[in-house]
Amino acid sequence: MTMQEVGQPRRRKEDPRLLTGRTQWTDNLARPGLLHVMFLRSPMAHARISRIDVSGARGLPGVVAAFSGRDFEAEQGSLPCAWPRSPDTIVPDHPPMAVSEVRYVGEAVACVVATDRYRAADALEAIEVDYEPLPAVLDMRQALSDGSPSVHESGNRAFTFRSTHGDIEAAFRDAPVVIDRTYVQQRLIPSAMEPRAVMCETDGESFTLYSSTQIPHILKVMLALVTGVPEHTIRVVAPDVGGGFGSKLQVTAEEVLCLLLARKLGRAVKWTESRSEGNLTVHHGRDQLQHIRLAADSDGRIRGLQVELLADMGAYLVLLTPAVPLLGAQMFNAIYKMDAYEFACTGVFTTKMPTDAYRGAGRPEATYGIERIMDELAAELRQDPLEVRRRNWIKQEEFPFTTISGLTYDSGNYEAATDRATAMFGYDKLRAEQADRRDRGDPVQLGIGVSTYTEMCGLGPSRWFGQNNAGAGGWEHASVRVLATGKVEVITGSTPHGQGHVTAWSQIVADALGVPFDDITVLYGDTAISPKGLDTYGSRSLTIGGIAVLKACDKVRDKARKLAAHLLECSPDDLEWEAGAFKVRGTESQQTIQELALAAFTGHALPDGAEPRLDSDATFDPENFSFPHGTHLCAVEVDTETGWVKIRSYVAVDDIGKVVNPLIVDGQLHGGIAQGVAQALFEEAVYDSEGNLLTTTMADYLLPSAADLPNFTLDRTESPATSNPLGVKGVGEAGTIASTPAVVNAVVDALRPRGINDIQMPCTPERVWRALEGGRA
Amino acid sequence: MPRITVTVDGIKYEEDVEPRLLLVHLLRERLGKTGTPVGCDTSNCGACTIMLDGKSAKSCSVLAVQADGSDIVTIEGLGTNGSMHPMQRAFHEEHALQCGYCTPGMVMAAVDLLRDDPEPSEETIRHGLEGNLCRCTGYCNIVRAVRRGAQEMGQAVSTP
Repeated sequence: MTMQEVGQPRRRKEDPRLLTGRTQWTDNLARPGLLHVMFLRSPMAHARISRIDVSGARGLPGVVAAFSGRDFEAEQGSLPCAWPRSPDTIVPDHPPMAVSEVRYVGEAVACVVATDRYRAADALEAIEVDYEPLPAVLDMRQALSDGSPSVHESGNRAFTFRSTHGDIEAAFRDAPVVIDRTYVQQRLIPSAMEPRAVMCETDGESFTLYSSTQIPHILKVMLALVTGVPEHTIRVVAPDVGGGFGSKLQVTAEEVLCLLLARKLGRAVKWTESRSEGNLTVHHGRDQLQHIRLAADSDGRIRGLQVELLADMGAYLVLLTPAVPLLGAQMFNAIYKMDAYEFACTGVFTTKMPTDAYRGAGRPEATYGIERIMDELAAELRQDPLEVRRRNWIKQEEFPFTTISGLTYDSGNYEAATDRATAMFGYDKLRAEQADRRDRGDPVQLGIGVSTYTEMCGLGPSRWFGQNNAGAGGWEHASVRVLATGKVEVITGSTPHGQGHVTAWSQIVADALGVPFDDITVLYGDTAISPKGLDTYGSRSLTIGGIAVLKACDKVRDKARKLAAHLLECSPDDLEWEAGAFKVRGTESQQTIQELALAAFTGHALPDGAEPRLDSDATFDPENFSFPHGTHLCAVEVDTETGWVKIRSYVAVDDIGKVVNPLIVDGQLHGGIAQGVAQALFEEAVYDSEGNLLTTTMADYLLPSAADLPNFTLDRTESPATSNPLGVKGVGEAGTIASTPAVVNAVVDALRPRGINDIQMPCTPERVWRALEGGRA
Repeated sequence: MPRITVTVDGIKYEEDVEPRLLLVHLLRERLGKTGTPVGCDTSNCGACTIMLDGKSAKSCSVLAVQADGSDIVTIEGLGTNGSMHPMQRAFHEEHALQCGYCTPGMVMAAVDLLRDDPEPSEETIRHGLEGNLCRCTGYCNIVRAVRRGAQEMGQAVSTP
């Protein structure tokens, strides 16, 4: 009996290379005569470029070329927005290099191409630019007010989207309890550890563009559409990619410009950003103002939920900018039943870096809003926050359940996850300690935070994307090839950047084809090797890409069965599949998958009409999203004298359906939770009153270190997804979606007796202390 | 242009360098030692950590000329005879890396940490790695890996 690979904590095949420095980061790539690109960036948030002169840079030692936006005007096109979900969306022109006006600090205005990066940097200083300042637009509410200066001629409103489900007026009319809160989702900098880099080479006719991207396939199409370079002459490669978290789900100005520079100069060019350049110009995340009203009966049953968002787009709409907050449209109602739900969102232009997907993309924001206000409801009713949730959530026996916002949750068990989490956490004991500390007036108060989240995950059904005005679908592709020697090559369209696809796909294939785990390799991230794919984001790799792999294996096995029947001179129906071989039922005759692969390779004795080679490919397009859920509990100690918040314990019980590799799953959760904690306690992108980013370095933007974070205690419940044959739901974003409200709820819970019902994120010691001072006053 | 001599992963190099050239750029762009990556420009992230004369150093914050005459070990030279160093193996066993970008620096910092304290507590590990940032793992498994690495290195030392 061979061991089932799926479910095993296999150590990753990816690791040895990464651990010994045998890596292929884009910045590692070298070519004979490679040229280095550096960009001059706007120091102004909003200005007209009245004069720009790059001639001083030309002729300096090592400088091959220098260009301003005007030099690209005829060919650079406009950077794409692929998902203007609201029909009224205004997509302003977005030149990769600014020509006449800049709209955020960091926008590229010129570039130098030189023989090394030091000389390129020197030459940037010789470029002269005169800026005619225009007013910065920084505050969303002011931006929408009459008389505000405009970011674009069309005004500062990008779109207004509204959806109403049920009779919202009736739900609020005469409601015994109405909670009304405004929450701030601060702007975040995704901060993947690998800075972006692009290299483009050309033979004069075709182009190979290497980029630290999550989306080589989408990038290839978009480069063609933006620049007019024919799609079939572009190959995109994502070599090793050092983290993304949504920040590399983008079609960037630098990618377009490197392609155009390679074409202009006929040489290989490379650009690698510095971290401070990246903080300015890698798209930011979050940045919403959330006005939320919740109406309930006096027993805590939710009647209605009304959500009104202002979402900061930044200066332009980049790839998914306007769609990100709208992923909240079906998520604020979360795991709860209610009579009515209204969601409205206005996208607002400001003179800041555009926002776009950051781990969770719209769903962490929604989860934060609802999970925070559920705690407020509990406080108002003097009930336990878990009790209020229990009263409202979808019960296990009610699945599949169509929510008020129209999604059908296929499976889940909120009771089981919550029971498990509270037991592991020692919920009652911590509540007792909390009461004791309150009674004693302990300067260090204990707070307990709850988050019972769900997410729409595994993006997503192509039909749904189409109905919601997206530029592409959500299918994924895979090929599986059993080679002549019985080894297996798997091609996946989902390009990893740390998720462990090679290991997980190997586990799936090992079970499906009965081949050893070590006999399988997984290829990806190069449009010449993996010609079809829609890439990696939205917790979609396993739920869609992994299923495509499984489907391709099924097809390979079907092909193998026909061949085996032919070779064994029996009917395909007489064959049974066991441990990598087809056996004639009741006999000893068999053909292993490896023998069949060799027979399919030689082609000497194939059935009529059969094609040589034992391989196949498949695409999978899901009919529904998957809906991971879980219960996260956080205990914090808050020092009321200093405002210091310390996480004392954190328990997460997640239901992500079937698990392919528990080691990888736990790792995803650890990292996801850490990023959500970071939003709650540490991180914020700050612009000053002139529109300058103040947090341009890792010294100013506080990424938590090992010393800032606790251990996370994890467990799982398992309600398999019904929308795919593996029963998997995806786990990439779960931790981040769940943890932010758990932490902030804990901080607020600690301080509620002091009259505090909100602290704006990040809950730094200063913010907590000031809130306490306000409470004292 | 100053001429410097450095030994990197056991090989001696003589290079003419501009005084402003950073050590990490010497390693990556002149010597082809691309195993050591660059993650920031303010010496916060620690991705570029190497061993400089036996002590960990952030190679983005050292000029190549300052390294003249020194012995450098990078992640590429940490293992011996083609097998991984116990700390590298521990990172693999404990799934202490995901994208792997911070990993070379994290492993070097962990090895250096054990020079001062061969049996560090969780607290010591967390504070000892404060200068190395990871965005993927939430550090839980890194802490475990360092403990495992410490145990294995301790055993290797105590085994006659």
